Amino acid sequence: MTHAGEDTVIDVRDLRMTYGTNEVLAGVDFSARRGEVLVLLGPNGAGKTTTIEILEGFRKRSAGQVSVLGVDPVMGGEGWRARTGVVLQSWRDHARWKVRTLLANLGRYYEPYSTPKRSRPYDVDKLIEMVGLNEQATAKISTLSGGQRRRLDVAIGIVGRPELLFLDEPTAGFDPHARREFHDLVHRLSDLEETTILLTTHDLDEAEKLADRVLILAGGRIVADGSADELTRNVTREAQVRWSRNGQRYVHATADATTFVRELFAQHGDEIADLEIQRATLEDTYMAMVHRHESGHPDDAADAFVSLEASDR
Amino acid sequence: MNPTTHAIRVGLSRGWIEFTNSLRSPQDIGFYVFVALGTLLYLFLNRHDDWSGLPYPSVVLPSILGALIAFGAYIGPMYSLAIEREDGTLLRAKAVPGGMTGYVAGQALFQCLGALPLLVVIVVPSLFLFEVLAERGTVAWLIVIGIAALGLLAVLPIGMIVGSLIKGPNKIGTWGMLPMIVMFGTSGIFYPVQELWGWVQAIVQVLPVYWLGLGMRSALLPADAAAAELGGSWRIWEMVGVLGLWAVVGLVIAPVVLRRVARRLSGSAVEAGRHEAMQRLQ
Repeated sequence: MTHAGEDTVIDVRDLRMTYGTNEVLAGVDFSARRGEVLVLLGPNGAGKTTTIEILEGFRKRSAGQVSVLGVDPVMGGEGWRARTGVVLQSWRDHARWKVRTLLANLGRYYEPYSTPKRSRPYDVDKLIEMVGLNEQATAKISTLSGGQRRRLDVAIGIVGRPELLFLDEPTAGFDPHARREFHDLVHRLSDLEETTILLTTHDLDEAEKLADRVLILAGGRIVADGSADELTRNVTREAQVRWSRNGQRYVHATADATTFVRELFAQHGDEIADLEIQRATLEDTYMAMVHRHESGHPDDAADAFVSLEASDR
Repeated sequence: MNPTTHAIRVGLSRGWIEFTNSLRSPQDIGFYVFVALGTLLYLFLNRHDDWSGLPYPSVVLPSILGALIAFGAYIGPMYSLAIEREDGTLLRAKAVPGGMTGYVAGQALFQCLGALPLLVVIVVPSLFLFEVLAERGTVAWLIVIGIAALGLLAVLPIGMIVGSLIKGPNKIGTWGMLPMIVMFGTSGIFYPVQELWGWVQAIVQVLPVYWLGLGMRSALLPADAAAAELGGSWRIWEMVGVLGLWAVVGLVIAPVVLRRVARRLSGSAVEAGRHEAMQRLQ
């Protein structure tokens, strides 16, 4: 899967980052194809932000090969910059500006990089509508709520119609409604605009919903790389079947839930009630992976997923 | 369309927006009014004094204009850079194509325009309060604007460089204000520079503030007032030379320093700055 080709947007090989004597990234490998949504998971301090910042060209790596849109980010000029979008964890910048004015001004920087295939920047009003800030278009940025502010950050990140978008914890502080809308936006960007998206999050439910592929970063290495479904199946193929019969509750773990349930009904028929089949969630997988890693068997964790690299996605 | 000139154009419109935002900000307006009232009150209380045969306000006002321009051009970009590096404005600029170029262009325009309201709120009332100034013609005021522009070019880069080097807005007091107070005190604004020790005079004449004040006096005072200056002359060429030299050196060094700062910017650096600021507030 790590064959650099026409469609490879990100290609990272043996990426290493050392701060003083502290090795944060100890050989990270992964790649992303055009239009893919990659979600990077990992415990705090695992190096997610460092990885993203290296790909964004904001941080110099210690060693390894990195290619983003066919260019080493360290060498990325303004033309390269115009093809990427970065959603920053903003704070209080441009507090005196109005939403629309700021988007329009930042958007203009992309005008020289417009192509017939990809006209840049986005129409400001359409963009404002896309992120749901219509009512705040002429509001001063200092008056926005936390969630509105975050949506503005997303709008700024995509104003230049990036081919590759970096999102570092984009939905921190979103209410459920805003989160849902954000997910729709991500789908729209990857489906309609063929935007490749790399995002980090701590919300595993979100990762499951958005990711074409999930990467788990632990101990400075990618310990898992595959679709959410593949990852969970690889940790455990067993499902929990729960039911009740004559007021009594039962739980059974099985690798083949369908057969088990069929037999269950054949045996007890109408007596079966409250049937529930639960597969391992991404959360279970994540916990298992990180635990395996932190309990001192990182290689087991990494090995368990080597097979995924070759799996038939 | 050339990307660099385009970025400068976008940056200039950024500077203009910053300026209009500033004109709508009660804080900024309050600052202008406060400085203007302070200056006018000081001059008014001393209106009957005399400075080498001329009324005190008419000699001191041009010097103060020069000093205020220097002050704004030094402190303004310093504050902007120290704050905007920490709050993420600069990082945003770095994340868009040509953003840093645009940011610098915007800052330059914004800080230059920022000197205007201050000049207006001080000069206009002065014309009515102090007769000597009202006698000066349009040419004199055009020269004032020219010298102001040159002075801005000389001092702005210094403010940008110092602002890039200091860590966080809380250090501005030490690195920003102290040198400024010393420069003001010794630049022949409040009393003639000739009354200071020789070595101080030498240092003062290397710095731009003195020359800005001298330039303003040369434009606004009668020709024979030059007799009260060092060397008994307005030393126009020296003034243009010193200010010009500062401008050239500054405009060469400032981009280098800014690029260095920009290279170090990252989301986590901004996050760390935010963390520090939060602790300051607690």
